[in-house]
Parts: sequence; structure tokens; C-alpha cells
Amino acid sequence: MRGANGSGKTTLLRCVVGLTRADAGEVLWNGKGTRAKPRAFNAALLFAGHLAGINDDLSAEENLASALALRAVAATPDELRAALAQVGLDKPRHLPARRLSAGQRRRIGLARLILDPAPLWTLDEPLSALDEAGERLFGQLLERHLARGGLALLSTHHELACAPARELRLGA
Amino acid sequence: MSAAAESSFAAGFAWAIARDVRLAWRHPGEALLVIAFFTLVASLFPLGVGAERELLERIGPGVIWVCALLAAFVSLPALFSSDYADGSLEQMTLSPHPMPGWVSGKIAAHWAISGLPLTVLAPLLGLQYALSADTLVALVCALALGTPVLSLLGAACSALTLGARGGGMLLALLALPLFIPVLVFGAGAAEAQAAGQSSAAHLSLLAAGLILAAIALPSAVCAAIRIALD
Repeated sequence: MRGANGSGKTTLLRCVVGLTRADAGEVLWNGKGTRAKPRAFNAALLFAGHLAGINDDLSAEENLASALALRAVAATPDELRAALAQVGLDKPRHLPARRLSAGQRRRIGLARLILDPAPLWTLDEPLSALDEAGERLFGQLLERHLARGGLALLSTHHELACAPARELRLGA
Repeated sequence: MSAAAESSFAAGFAWAIARDVRLAWRHPGEALLVIAFFTLVASLFPLGVGAERELLERIGPGVIWVCALLAAFVSLPALFSSDYADGSLEQMTLSPHPMPGWVSGKIAAHWAISGLPLTVLAPLLGLQYALSADTLVALVCALALGTPVLSLLGAACSALTLGARGGGMLLALLALPLFIPVLVFGAGAAEAQAAGQSSAAHLSLLAAGLILAAIALPSAVCAAIRIALD
């Protein structure tokens, strides 16, 4: 999804995941409306919005473990550690999130993408605050996700490493 | 690649209570300050009004109940607002766990941090008011039944004021009047016992209120959170 600031990218994403009620129309998942059975849809859905959902008082590792438990994804401590190492948060994983930089906080979100088997990603500006290595890592994760048969709906101003199947341009 | 675990009411409840208690434990000073403050307030009353036995017996349950009520109230604004501000509330709403599960878990954690410690401390506070053993038992039972109702009612008000300007003042105007029935029957239980009557009627009413609140209010909180996030 591309579009100028204020063209409605975030609003559309929030409508798709069901946080905002659309004025008209409905969202279908496997042919069924998501409003009627939100839990089945939520189980398939990984959403990362403007606000990262990272608690400042919890460490990177605790934030990741908590986010996965909330998504009903079981991960062993070894898996958590491996994912954090892959996104470059091995050393600061015990620091409270308030001491991490904006990019490092984004990387907690990348670790979530590694461990969460959700088939549908809805990501709002996933590349903001990430450095080049982070962008490359996100590109790899996205390619792996798509190769597995996953779907991804994302809004971005950056060039993506893999070509999107469909580009949606929102006019203001 | 990780396996999918079970998503259920109980899993969401356990997740929320463990998280919120752990967060409170990170800053024990904040929760302890509230408890210490209201314990001190309750201890200062006998010094202020004088050591007249009948007077203390008369006002004791009421003072302890007002302290419990205010302790529940002051920790309310933080119940949802920080999760709302950092986006955690969106993630919780989109979780496959049923929404009433984790909402109830957060409310239970609020009670464990505010209502439970005061219920446990109440016999000590009651001693300063020369309350008899029977009255203390009635007071503790009433607090154990009534303070969860305060947390439930308060959570609904706290969710309703999410994102509103001047939320704190609005929360006081909304929540404190709703707390009044709990205060009346809660303090009434201990007073009836002190007057030589049975506190059973008051306690039954409180228990009925608790059941009703525990069934109805989590859904109301869910609806309020959805509105706030929309």
C-alpha cells in the first residue's frame, strides 16, 4: 500500500484488522466476514501498527515472550534467544525496553515476525526507524513468509526488497 | 517455527494477571505507596478524634472502608491507560484469546494489588478502633467480597474514560458514585455485627453484587475498549 501522508493507509489497515469499524463494506477471511467470527481471524492475523505494543518496563526478551503468549504461540526460551540473536538484540535482551533505541524496539517486532506462524501479516510502516541491515533482514523475512504461502498487507514509503504482488495506491 | 498453543479464556486470564502483577512488581514502590498511604490515614483517625472507645467502634468500619475505596480508586487510571498509550491494548484486542479473559485477568491483577493487601491489613487497622473479633471477621469478609466489585466497577469507568481529555476528573465523577452502594453495604456488615445483629444480609448482598458484576462488567469493559480504539 502506498500513498501520501493522510491518504488513509493506516485507517485502511485498522479497518482490515477490525480495530476501526468501516463505514461501508466488509472484510472477508476465507470467504467469511471477520466481524462475525473475530477470534478465528485474529488467530491468523499478526498486526503491527504505529504503536509497537512494547512495554517500557519489560525487557526485550519479556516483551517478545509476552507478545507471543498473547498470540497463543508457544516458544521455548532457546527459540526466543535465537530469534533475538538473529535481529541483533542478543546482548541487550535483558535491558528494559525504555533503554533501547527506536530501531532496536522495531527489531523486537522483527523477532516476532520470525517466531509467529500467522499466515496474514498486516504491518504499518514496518521499515521506519530500521537501518539498512534491518531493512535487508525484513526483506528476507518477508520473502520467507511469502514463500511459505503467507499473505502480507503492508504500508510503506520504502522500496521493498521483493516485488509486491499487487501495489495499492491510495489517493488523498 | 513455533507451535500454536491453545487460545482460551483461562490462557488469556493467566497471561494478563501474570503480566500486570509482574509489571507492578517492577515498581513495588508505587503499589506500596498507595497501601502505606491509606494504612496511615486509617491509623491517624484514632489519633485525631480521640481515644473514646464507643466513638472509635462506631466510625472504625466506615473509615477502613473509605480507605479501601480510595485505594482502589487511585490505582484505577493506570489500569488501561499505559497499555492504550503504547499500543499493547491493540495487540490484546487482536489476540485469539477471548477478550473477556484477559480483561478479567487485568481486573483481577488490579484487585490483587489494591484490594487484597488492604483486606489482609484490615484486622490490624481494626484493632486500633477497638473492634471486637466478630466485627473484624465481618469486616474482612465484607472487604473480601466488596473490593473486587470496586475493581470491576472501576475498570468499566477506567475503560470508558480512555483517551478522554481530563480523564482523571471524569473518572472520579463516574466511579465514586458507583462505589457508594458497595461502601454502604460493606461498612453496614461490620456495623450490624458490632450492634449485635447478624451481618449475613449485608454479606449476601455483597456476594450477589460480586457475582453480578463479575458476569456483566468484563463484557462492558470490552465494549468500552473497542470504542476507545475505534
